[in-house]
Amino acid sequence: MKRTLIRTAVTAAVLLAIYGLQFGVEAGFTEYVQRIVLLAGINVILAVGLNLINGTTGQFSIGHAGFMAVGAYSAAFIGVKLAGPLHSVLGPGALADAVIFNSALVAAAVLAGITGLIVGLPSLRLRGDYLAVVTLGFGEIIRILFNNATFLGSATGYFGDDPSGLPAYTNFFWVFAWVTAIVVVIHNLTFSQTGRSLTAIREDEIAAEAMATPTTRLKVIAFAISAATAGIAGGLFAHMQAGVRPEDFRFEKSIDMIVMIIVGGLGSISGAILGGIFVAVSLELMRDLQQYRLVLYALLLIVIMIVRPQGLLGTRELYQVFRKRKPSPPAEGT
Amino acid sequence: MSLLELRSVDKIFGGLHAVRGVSFQVEPGTIFGLIGPNGAGKTTLFNVITGVYTPEHGQILFGGENIAGLKPAAIAARGVARTFQNIRIFRTMTVAENVMVAGHHLHNASIAAAMLRTRSYERDEHALGKRAHELLDVLGLADLSGEVAGSLPYGSQRRLEIARGLMLSPRLLLLDEPAAGMNSQEAQTLNEQIRFLRDQLELTVILVEHNMAVVMNVCERIHVVDHGETIAEGPPAEIKTHPKVLAAYLGAQTPEIEASA
Repeated sequence: MKRTLIRTAVTAAVLLAIYGLQFGVEAGFTEYVQRIVLLAGINVILAVGLNLINGTTGQFSIGHAGFMAVGAYSAAFIGVKLAGPLHSVLGPGALADAVIFNSALVAAAVLAGITGLIVGLPSLRLRGDYLAVVTLGFGEIIRILFNNATFLGSATGYFGDDPSGLPAYTNFFWVFAWVTAIVVVIHNLTFSQTGRSLTAIREDEIAAEAMATPTTRLKVIAFAISAATAGIAGGLFAHMQAGVRPEDFRFEKSIDMIVMIIVGGLGSISGAILGGIFVAVSLELMRDLQQYRLVLYALLLIVIMIVRPQGLLGTRELYQVFRKRKPSPPAEGT
Repeated sequence: MSLLELRSVDKIFGGLHAVRGVSFQVEPGTIFGLIGPNGAGKTTLFNVITGVYTPEHGQILFGGENIAGLKPAAIAARGVARTFQNIRIFRTMTVAENVMVAGHHLHNASIAAAMLRTRSYERDEHALGKRAHELLDVLGLADLSGEVAGSLPYGSQRRLEIARGLMLSPRLLLLDEPAAGMNSQEAQTLNEQIRFLRDQLELTVILVEHNMAVVMNVCERIHVVDHGETIAEGPPAEIKTHPKVLAAYLGAQTPEIEASA
């Protein structure tokens, strides 16, 4: 009882803090900077989700833009279609918008997760380069499907039923509420028996199997969870602009995500957070060099591989860097 | 009834008949030695028993059930634990985490429960950690539980593999050259630990080992293979003087095995 109370209080306090920050950000920064802040939040969700499969589990996927696309289109489409009926029940206003938006995001997560399951089941029997190539292929297949889906606007993209485009539900509060929730949940998962098993798969799959770890099942589950978080990021991304276009989810987008987790350190959640912010900011700084961006990223990756192959943090978390690992105390009663 | 029974098991890799018609029975509670010269097929037999390889012919009965062809995880879940000749610990994880990985059967909480850190999840997690510490204590690794496993010395890594295997609550423990790289002092301690584990945990142990001091001292029954085929089986005293065994090991009848034992 006490525990539930504390948790509710902490959750409320965090949400309130994000809500308060929203006013600060809206008052203190230009629209341009605000947009970068939102993109950074979305990147953090993408990076933390992708890190679960690429970092913790060691299964290299380079097609995650596909799952982001599934989430973006689902959230956009469902958001638009839910608006009519829900507004007639709840009336116009912030409450109705919040319900519509979050239902659309949850639906986006579920659909992206199911897509992840469908892609993961056959692909995760492969390893290393083979898995990378197959996920790359699936990412492109998903994008090309959207490119040809007439009810979603084909190559022009989906802009909803209203001439002004999709409703702009995405704001500071919702982005960072979802960022916080996803970081906490993925952190809990990573530091649990499941997370230990995923790390064991990365370290030595044969030994993990010999220790009764259901390796294929866990890999597929991790992949689906990772896809679901990309779906939420996609939904948040969709509702911050007028429409969703297939070209937003090209191969380059997947590469951006890979850069985020490699810069921060594969296998580190704090690293993924830093990497997500880094990519959002550096993309803006390099806006004038659009077509040379990939060249610079490639150079950056090469430099990292030479200077610091484990990334900024390696597999450690930020809080572990500042305190030395101390031996855990022996359990009572032994 | 014997705990493990191999019935004329064959394993073929292309043109290489790695294991040919091997049969043996291991009674519950025994420490059973599997020996033979390099390349005799000992590790292949371990891999066949643990499901890494599927045998071409023959049956592997564990507690009366044919486990030939099952996946390694399914066989491990039935209570067959093993260590590896070329140590396979999870190097970046801590010593305690390494052991806890093998504790699935003690952890019933769902993934959703883990994500939300429910009370039942934390109870399971606590029980798991406690059991891991008990096993590390038995193998003399309790003080190292927070260390990164890859940083341990060789002998400790071998003992860690045993502790990890025991976390499965196995009925059968397969040890692949547990004394490799150990000095005679360490090997002596290992002998005592193997006997202690067998008695305390009601284990059956199968041992592949080249260190004859360990094999002859700790094993109660020994099965000898050469070129994938059985050449002898019996108690240590009999194996030591068995002419075929001496011939296989030394090519001549020099009583060196006896000397080292």
